[in-house]
Amino acid sequence: MPETAVELEGLTRRYGGREALADVTLSLERGRTLVVFGPNGAGKTTLLRVLATLLRPHAGSARVLGHDLAREGWAVRGRIGFLGHQPLMYRDLSARENLRFHARLHGVSFERVDALLERVGLAARADDPLHSYSRGMVQRAAVARAVLHDPELLLLDEPTANLDPHAAELVEPLIGRSSGRTRVVTSHDPVGGLADADVALGLRAGRVRLLADAAAVTREQIGELYR
Amino acid sequence: MYAPRLPVWSVATLIALVGGFAVAAFVAPMDADQGFMQKIFYLHVPLAIVALVGFVFAGVCGVMHLRSGEPLWDLRSYVAIHVSLILGIAVLITGAIWGRAAWGVWWEWREPTLVSFLIVFLLYCTYQPLRFSIEDREKQSRYASVFAIVAGAFVPLNFIAVRMATPYIHPRTLDAANENLPGWMLGAFLLCLLGVALLYVTLWKYEMAHKQLTFRLRALQRRLGGEVPTTRSAAPDLSL
Amino acid sequence: MSGRRPSLRSAIGAMLAKELRLELRAPQLLPAMALFSVATMIVFHFSLQRDAVAGSLAAGVLTVTLLFSAMLGIARLFVADHEEGGFDGFLLAPVDRSALLIAKAMALFLFLVIMEVVAVAAYALLLLEPAAGARLLGQTALTLLLADVGIAVIGTLVGALAVQTRARDLMVPVIALPLLVPVVIATAKLLAPTFAQGGAEALPGQWLAVLGLYDLVFGLLAYGLFDFLVED
Repeated sequence: MPETAVELEGLTRRYGGREALADVTLSLERGRTLVVFGPNGAGKTTLLRVLATLLRPHAGSARVLGHDLAREGWAVRGRIGFLGHQPLMYRDLSARENLRFHARLHGVSFERVDALLERVGLAARADDPLHSYSRGMVQRAAVARAVLHDPELLLLDEPTANLDPHAAELVEPLIGRSSGRTRVVTSHDPVGGLADADVALGLRAGRVRLLADAAAVTREQIGELYR
Repeated sequence: MYAPRLPVWSVATLIALVGGFAVAAFVAPMDADQGFMQKIFYLHVPLAIVALVGFVFAGVCGVMHLRSGEPLWDLRSYVAIHVSLILGIAVLITGAIWGRAAWGVWWEWREPTLVSFLIVFLLYCTYQPLRFSIEDREKQSRYASVFAIVAGAFVPLNFIAVRMATPYIHPRTLDAANENLPGWMLGAFLLCLLGVALLYVTLWKYEMAHKQLTFRLRALQRRLGGEVPTTRSAAPDLSL
Repeated sequence: MSGRRPSLRSAIGAMLAKELRLELRAPQLLPAMALFSVATMIVFHFSLQRDAVAGSLAAGVLTVTLLFSAMLGIARLFVADHEEGGFDGFLLAPVDRSALLIAKAMALFLFLVIMEVVAVAAYALLLLEPAAGARLLGQTALTLLLADVGIAVIGTLVGALAVQTRARDLMVPVIALPLLVPVVIATAKLLAPTFAQGGAEALPGQWLAVLGLYDLVFGLLAYGLFDFLVED
């Protein structure tokens, strides 16, 4: 098993005429957390989507869990958990039905679905359609979807945005630092984000402006990114 | 640099076309029923054949693009469809003129080549709007290639279906033409066919060269740091 | 790791079950298609100023009705996914990507068949002159099943192409209708003797062959091209 979970070199991804990601180079070891800061449009979501194999790199190289994304993306799917801005579930179906659908796509048992629903505190409402859920409940269901197949690498786009403290506590062992998984997390919160991470990455206009150990980064440096 | 021997192609095209039409107009025997207007046939049918082959060629370029991921193949496909569409307009106009002269009607349903051509033409008219409405360049190229392949496979199937559906009462001109093309008529026809084929290739090369030059210019402008206004064109932009 | 790589068949099965469950829970396509087909027949009654039709006229009216109802279904085929964040959920799974569009095509085929059961029943009641005997219904069923395969394949391809565009509802019929002309021709040629005034006549075999060839060619082509429409 490779020591480095994520290894990017000169990663570039274009969109239309501009570069959403330009020449991004970094490496992340297993079990560590990378927090990504940057203003809107900096490329945070694009970075996550490339790592999730949803987008292909246009230039440079990207190795995730030991596989080259450009050629072996299929090998990595099923070992990555992605939590984006959208829950990626159908509003007209219930949480249980949605999770069972994803379970079938990942070869996961239905027992695990039920167990996860318990853990995120949705067991009682598991059979109600998603459109009847509050935002926090939808987010919890999305968390369950993201970790359903026990992924080695978590890609989280502002995961606690819609969660109240109690809910955030519930999901912490699944997607938080204590889960022990390798994580790439985007955040707009300098204090919380840095405290929760090992390495900090600052993006602006698709380029790396800051890359250092989280402990060594100050709030002012993060603030500079947003200027 | 992008179009070696373009002058050679142009001259060859000119010679073949002029020669073909000269033979058709002056040497080939006049058609007994239709008179001089029948000579439009020497223009109309080759245009149709070449345009249809062009569409199929665009489909092949689409396959190459999907297999290799090279944007140049997408450009070749785009230009092929573009030139075929231009020829296509000429096909429909000359077909209408010929129909009017020969049978007194502007449109003839019993001419399967013409009918299937109209359907194909309508289909390919959606190609540029389709490209325009997909903003991401790579996705646009991919989807355009899929379209070119599906439409390219459609051309022969459509022709077969329409031909089978057309009642054989009215003498089909292409058939009739193939059967009763004695001597000089056949020669004139083949020469015109060659001429139109060369015309297609020359137009294709001209447009390819023009586009590639434009993209090179834009890429250089970008490199110099200037603002490059993106023009309204559905063509795949190779400068990116 | 608690997952393994599911086979293509189970991926298609999961997708298809999801499509059907969604349609049952929040019907989008079926009621619209069925209602539209009946409404179209009413329009035909008034615009043609006929109480009953037979032969090639009857074949034409039914073919047009079914075709335009199908356009509605195709336009809506991918909208639910597009609204819920695209195919990302599926794309993250370790499955063969063509499963997505294969399942969509199968779902569309099923919806077309269900819609046609309603439409043909309404047709027999409202406009069709010859009595709907076993032979008429059997030949109609065979013809429409073959046609539906072609419509489902083309519909999925065009639907997938169009969902990315900004003028989706316009793009679908404009691209799909020319592509479906051979299906229209063959269907009409097969239904005309079926709806003959004096009773259903034999089916012209060559048009069954045309439908079969069309289904085969585009089915294979679609299978090869689906991957490129789902990536990225």
